[in-house]
Amino acid sequence: MALTGAVRVTDATDPTASPAPPRGTRRGDGRAASAFLLPGAIGFVAFTAFPIVASLVMSFFDWPVLGDPSFVGFQNFVELFTTDPVFKTALLNTAVFVLLYVPINIVVSMGLAVWISPRIIGRRYYRVLFFVPAVTPMVGNAVVFGLLYTPRGLIDSTFQTLFGVSAPNFLGSSSWALPAVVLMSVWQGFGYNLLVFSAALDAVPPSLTEAAAIDGAGPVRQFFSVVLPLMSPSLFFATVLTLISSFQVFVQPYILTGGGPGNSTTTLVMYLYQSGFQNFRLGFASAIAWVLFVIIMALTAIQFLGQKKWVHYDQ
Amino acid sequence: MTSEALGSRRDALSASDTTGSAGGSAAAGGTGGVVTQRRRKGPPVVSQLLLTLALLLFLAPLAWMVLSSLKSAGEIFTTPPKLFGESLLFSNYSDALDFLPFGRFMINTAFVAVTGTVITLVTSALSAYAFARLRFKGRDSLFLVYLGTLMVPQEVVVVPMFLIMNQLGWINTFQALILPWAFTAFGTFLLRQFFLTIPKELEESARIDGAGHWRILTQIIVPIAAPAFAVLAVFTFITYWNSFLWPLIVTNDVSTTTVPLGLNLFLGQNGQAWNLLMAAATISMAPTALLVLLLQRYLVKGIALSGLGGR
Repeated sequence: MALTGAVRVTDATDPTASPAPPRGTRRGDGRAASAFLLPGAIGFVAFTAFPIVASLVMSFFDWPVLGDPSFVGFQNFVELFTTDPVFKTALLNTAVFVLLYVPINIVVSMGLAVWISPRIIGRRYYRVLFFVPAVTPMVGNAVVFGLLYTPRGLIDSTFQTLFGVSAPNFLGSSSWALPAVVLMSVWQGFGYNLLVFSAALDAVPPSLTEAAAIDGAGPVRQFFSVVLPLMSPSLFFATVLTLISSFQVFVQPYILTGGGPGNSTTTLVMYLYQSGFQNFRLGFASAIAWVLFVIIMALTAIQFLGQKKWVHYDQ
Repeated sequence: MTSEALGSRRDALSASDTTGSAGGSAAAGGTGGVVTQRRRKGPPVVSQLLLTLALLLFLAPLAWMVLSSLKSAGEIFTTPPKLFGESLLFSNYSDALDFLPFGRFMINTAFVAVTGTVITLVTSALSAYAFARLRFKGRDSLFLVYLGTLMVPQEVVVVPMFLIMNQLGWINTFQALILPWAFTAFGTFLLRQFFLTIPKELEESARIDGAGHWRILTQIIVPIAAPAFAVLAVFTFITYWNSFLWPLIVTNDVSTTTVPLGLNLFLGQNGQAWNLLMAAATISMAPTALLVLLLQRYLVKGIALSGLGGR
């Protein structure tokens, strides 16, 4: 969401797009504006702006829940990157999750969006049904997958019946647990992008694909040479937003595996939660939050720089 | 046979729909007809069947949840898997409700979600009006500050927010669940984008008739922007309803427990009774699932409109 905003604001603050004041009216609406802004601004400062600054400040402190905070400079960050054993694992797990989740999510949602073409009867219902898990509580979704994954659960018993062998113990095996978390996450999350891509596909003028067809392009060529470039802004934003949200993965491993076995599914946010609210090291947890934030900002910036190469804003 | 015939008829209907809406010019509509006809020679039956199969596979976890919620504990794990147990045990639902007060959790969550949504809508509308319709010093830089905070993940503010709540003595209160997330910049941004598209002339004529800003906002802008408000309302409601990390941090008392947190409690205290757990999961998922199915038309439009993807 954020980024849709960040891009559009350049349009919006540009004088042609922002509402030009009616000619010959008063100097400005300063007083009215402060009245309209005040309620939102108070909450915004108290619950958004101030906590952001406070979080950065706290990351330089040893800050227990009880007792006095003490300034420690960069020590929290140094500890994270040098002596802390869990952080590296959490970082790596998060990276693996993102690298698996984002491409699978995009491919599945794009594939289904194309599949649910105008020729499919009841296409609206297909789209919405695929979207349902995206709006049900993630805790519920994860609990259900817990039942499917557990030994003697549906997947295992289906394996037994069909092949006579047990399925892997998905959540109990350190090599299977993370892929199992990814699979559940894709299942629950791709519906958003499916709807976004469907909307973008609907907006592609059929005359263009028809022109390509007349020039002899097959369906595959039509898709990659005509449809995909036209959809590239949606693809870009969906990728950016999916990437950001996937770095924040927490509920799925928290419910499915509790971060285990060992630390094989501990993610950055889970480690943040453990550090801050189970070990009560609030400064240390803030440092993790800022590492997460910097990673997200850097990757987002890279994507924005790279978009010129492949995103087409003009039809 | 019948479904196939129906298929091609609907097919033709929707094909004319798309050319009609997107084509615009008569020429484009014309070519559209020709090509759709050519394309239609491959019947979509196979595609439709495979897609339905994919959908059923996709929905299987939810179906299995409901089916398991009606079995006895012993019938959950069988090889080969069975769809139904000996009898349908609807009593699992009342047992789950006896074990933890999910009714109470529902009321708590509904209260949090509705109040949070109302506050979000009101404050966002006021701010969005100021940013979209008023001229004042520092408007654009202030708006950029708002937007900048949209980049910040929730996790960054969670730790200091916990301290603030602690200082205020708000742990285990509804205001702690509601207020921190009712003033984020997203609502302001979304509504402002929509307000900007409303023609200035409407407002000017109202002003000539003597209307002040308040009347312009409530009687002109809000009715026109109703779809944007609806989108914001639904997504804010769903976000509050599903929220997990924050309630996990600020509540540990049944009086303020929300549904997702209640399910987590249930998991912790009753992890082995899978049938009851599935009943509880069904209870937790039903409200938002129904909401989406009822509002599907608007949601799809809203997502297309606002690009609310990827979350």
